[in-house]
Amino acid sequence: MIHQDIKKILSSEDEKISTREAYGMKLAELGEIDKNIVVLDCDLSKSTRTAIFAKKFPERFFNFGLAEANMMSAAAGLATMGKIPFASTFGVFATKRACDQVSISIAYPRLNVKICATHTGISVGEDGATHQAIEDAAIMRSFPNMVVISPADGTETRKVIDEIYKYNGPCYVRLCRGNSPVLFNDNYEFKIGRGVKIMDGDKATLISAGFTTSITLEAAKTLEEEGIEVDMINMASIKPIDSEMIVESAKKTGLVITVEDHNVIGGLGSAVCEVLSENYPVRVIRLGVKDKFGSSGSPAELIKAYGFDKDSIVKTVRENIPA
Amino acid sequence: MDSELKKKLQEKAKIIRQDIIEMLCEAGSGHPGGALSIADVFSYLYFSGILNINPDNPSDKYRDRVVLSKGHACPVLYATLAEKGFFDKSHLKTLRKYGSILQGHPDMNKTPGVEMTTGSLGQGLSCSVGMALGARLDGLNINIIAILGDGECEEGQVWEAAMAASHYKLGNLVAIVDKNGLQIDGFTKDVMNSEPLADKWRSFGWEVFEINGHDFDEIDYSIKSALSIKDKPVCIVANTIKGKGVSFMENVCDWHGKAPSEEEKEKALCDICNLKLED
Repeated sequence: MIHQDIKKILSSEDEKISTREAYGMKLAELGEIDKNIVVLDCDLSKSTRTAIFAKKFPERFFNFGLAEANMMSAAAGLATMGKIPFASTFGVFATKRACDQVSISIAYPRLNVKICATHTGISVGEDGATHQAIEDAAIMRSFPNMVVISPADGTETRKVIDEIYKYNGPCYVRLCRGNSPVLFNDNYEFKIGRGVKIMDGDKATLISAGFTTSITLEAAKTLEEEGIEVDMINMASIKPIDSEMIVESAKKTGLVITVEDHNVIGGLGSAVCEVLSENYPVRVIRLGVKDKFGSSGSPAELIKAYGFDKDSIVKTVRENIPA
Repeated sequence: MDSELKKKLQEKAKIIRQDIIEMLCEAGSGHPGGALSIADVFSYLYFSGILNINPDNPSDKYRDRVVLSKGHACPVLYATLAEKGFFDKSHLKTLRKYGSILQGHPDMNKTPGVEMTTGSLGQGLSCSVGMALGARLDGLNINIIAILGDGECEEGQVWEAAMAASHYKLGNLVAIVDKNGLQIDGFTKDVMNSEPLADKWRSFGWEVFEINGHDFDEIDYSIKSALSIKDKPVCIVANTIKGKGVSFMENVCDWHGKAPSEEEKEKALCDICNLKLED
């Protein structure tokens, strides 16, 4: 059942928005209150939605053209001058094309750069494998000093942007192209390093982040109708992760299933395994992209084909809980 | 250039070169060639009074920033900063040792006076572009000086940064390319020919000066000119000799990344001591 504390922060509206849209709007709002915020993009401002900020504050928006490596190091330079750079491009370019620049110019000197990458996961859809970041969280998570966050909906995105703006240090935010249901209302509070318990149950623990949280919630509701009550956690903060919440839930259920729109190697599923194997070993099943490249197709088709749609989650729980 | 000042800069360059040799010998590894080639430029930047760099106020908002993009040449930066008074000279002996403030490549969080963490070649000019944009946004009338190697110019990112600096008309940015003609695997012209290098910078929209990087009059003229140009970035291609000042290191590829032995150190110090002061 819905966790008792969650009722006052769950949205009752039936609306959808992409996390990139929520990001763009929030950024333009933050730009009003702090003139040290600067926004950088690499010819994708219409897609990343930084164009909203660019229109409002053209003097604080820098387009670097198709040169992601330069953008990341320049963001570091701006940070040394006391600016708060938000650098945006697609996830594949932010983490793979500019990998060394993010590591050496930003993470190593722990500079206050916010990398907000859109178009992560196979839910990008039709553009196919070249534009679907399935290893971005793994790469970013492996850099010391880097905070990695994957917000589930528009509300959480706004709260995440507020929180990383206040936090002094490098952050990577994993945003999505497609619309997803608004799960939380404005009472929701995000904290770096904290998960949010959405449902209570003792048969299994479902942990998700980002685009998959709304899918996982649907699965949890379906399971509840069948009389299978699960603990469900939204873990936007992939690094640092909420170890305490994961261990506490694992102790209760003894079975953990992670759901992510990312390779199962290196992302949320791996992070949960690391916590549990060191603290309270229980069985973990990782749903997500199973070490394969993405593909063209509609987001719904792909999520089904790659095995982390609602039905796959329900089936996995059904088949693996003790009889 | 005033002869008194020139003498002082030549003396400072000698001290910097001696310290480079001493610290590398002590460390047992590191990069002498590309540190020695740019020592005269460093002497000028830090001791001529041309830049606002003050060890008593290292976080001054109005300070000029020097970014050593060719980070492996950091012994020249460390020797210069110590001589300038950013930290005690005793630290030079700890270069590359565990717990030292002097890392194998520059770390802005460990070493007073180091403006940017560098070492992975190609990134420092981009960082400098960011600094120049930030300074302009705040209306700070300061200079950003990036020091690159000619081998480093083989990195694609350098040209991404060159393009952006020109696009944003960064008149507060100066790149100095230490063109010593050598890189790890041999002569730059053999490993990956980047000529015509000066023309490349020109074609990217930069004002370019080509100088003898060991001649203080030419260094003085080009840097003063560069700082007075406010509508575009300036690149100074400094023709230098790798290993300059140490006879057996000059123009020898192997001295890119090898420390002198005790015996070699003594000979090197002797060479530097006997360097003729030119007028």
